[in-house]
Amino acid sequence: MGLFTKFESLTEGRAELCALGIDPFAVQIEKIISPTEGIIHGKHTILAGTNNYLGLTFNPECIASARLALEHEGTGTTGSRMANGSYSGHRKLEQEMAAFYGKRDAIVFSTGYQANLGMIAAIAGPADVVLIDADCHASIYDGCRLGGAETIRFRHNNAEDLAKRLRRLGPRAADALIVVEGIYSMLGDRAPLKEIVAAKREFGGYLMVDEAHSFGVLGERGCGLVEELGIMDDVDFIVGTFSKSLGCAGGFCVSNLPELDLIRYASRPYIFTASPAPATIASARQALRILESGKDLRQRLRDNAKQLHSGLAALGYTLGGPPSPVVAVVLEGKVEALQFWDSLLKLGVYVNLMLPPATPNGVSLIRCSVSAAHTSEQIDAVCAAFAKLRAKA
Amino acid sequence: MTEYQRIMADLSKGLAPYTKGLFEVDENTELVGDLDLDSLQIMELLLFVEDSFDISIPVSILPDVKTVGDLAKQVEKIIGHA
Repeated sequence: MGLFTKFESLTEGRAELCALGIDPFAVQIEKIISPTEGIIHGKHTILAGTNNYLGLTFNPECIASARLALEHEGTGTTGSRMANGSYSGHRKLEQEMAAFYGKRDAIVFSTGYQANLGMIAAIAGPADVVLIDADCHASIYDGCRLGGAETIRFRHNNAEDLAKRLRRLGPRAADALIVVEGIYSMLGDRAPLKEIVAAKREFGGYLMVDEAHSFGVLGERGCGLVEELGIMDDVDFIVGTFSKSLGCAGGFCVSNLPELDLIRYASRPYIFTASPAPATIASARQALRILESGKDLRQRLRDNAKQLHSGLAALGYTLGGPPSPVVAVVLEGKVEALQFWDSLLKLGVYVNLMLPPATPNGVSLIRCSVSAAHTSEQIDAVCAAFAKLRAKA
Repeated sequence: MTEYQRIMADLSKGLAPYTKGLFEVDENTELVGDLDLDSLQIMELLLFVEDSFDISIPVSILPDVKTVGDLAKQVEKIIGHA
C-alpha cells in the first residue's frame, strides 16, 4: 500500500470522465458579467448553479461598503481573532446577526464550512452523542469526526426514526446534539422541523439547524425555515453561511445559550484560522441590511423558483423536491447525467452536476439554483434548453 | 445458541437480498470484497440491523467493519452496552 494507493479510484473516475471528453470539475467562468451571466468556453452563459439566491454579488451598496473597507482597513487581517485580535467589523457583524435573529449572541467564522466544523467539534466531544440526518452536508459529518463524538445517523427527514434513536439513548438523550438542515442542498427538500422539535421535547437534547440554503430565503424576515415555522425558541443553535444569500463569504452561529461565547475558546476551526477580510465583513454587513428589508427579493426568488420548477415538471422531468431555490432533476445514471450537464452547458446554461456518493440514495442529479436576479426570460431560456434535451432523449 | 451466533443468523437474513441465494454467508464474508456492496447498500444493511436489534450503530465504527464477523462483533458490543 503506497501513500497514494487510496487515490486509485479517483484516478479511475477521472479517466472515465476524460474518456468522455467532459470534465465538470474543471469549469472556468472566464468572465463574470452579472449574478446570472458569465462567459464559459467563450460562450455567453446563464448561470443557474451558483447559490447566489438573492443575487447580491454585484449590489452597488455592497460593493461600495467593501471598497471602503478595503481602502481603510486593508486587504486582509493577516491572522486569527484569538491570536491577532478582532477588527471592529467582526464584532459588529456578530451583534447585528444576533439582533437580526433576536438571539443573545452570535459568532462569525471564516467560512460556512468552518461554522459547522467549529461549532459541532467544540460542542460534542468523545463522551457526547450527535444525531444527524443521513443527508447532512459533509461539513456536519466532518465536525462530528473532528470532535470525536459518537455519531448516529437517522433516516433522512424522518422524525420518527430520530425519536426512536433518542429513546434508545435513554438518559443520554438529554445531552445529545441533534443536527439537521433547513433546506437540503442536493434535492432542495425541507426538514420536518416541527416534528423534529416535538421529538426533542419528548426525549431532550439540543437542536442545531443549518440554514445555509434557507437563510435569506425563507421566513418573513429571511431568517430561514426556523422563522417560517415559528419555532425560533425551540432551536438552540442556528448555523449558516454568508456565501449564498449574502453573496460574500463567511459563516455564523447564533444562540441564546450563554455558553456560545465559550465556543471561541474551544473551537479549533475558529481559533486557528485567519479571520474574514475587512471587505468581506463590510459587504456581509451591508447585504444583511438589504436582506432585512428584502421582502421583494424573496418574493422574486420564490416566483423564479416556482417558474423553473413548474417549467421542468411540465416537461416531464423527475424533480427532487417541492419548489425551492434548489431545483434538482433526477437522472438515470452517471454517464447520462454527465452528458446532459455538458449538453446544457453547450446550450448556454450552467448548472451543477451531482454524482454519487455525494448524492442521497445514489442518484445522479442536475442541480439548478435559482436567483432573485434571474429574469423571467432567463428562466424561460433555462427551461427551453431542458426542453431541447428532452426532445432529443 | 450464543449471542454472537444469534447476531450472525440475523445478519445472514439481512444479507440474503445481496447473495441472491448463490452462496452461504459466514463471518469471513467481506461486505465489499465478496458481496460487492456499495456505500448505499451498506447503509441499508445497517438500518436493517439497527431495527432488528433495536440499537443505533455509530458512524465511527464503519472503518473497522470489513467482514460480516466484524459487524457481528460490533453489534454484540453495542448490545452489551445497552
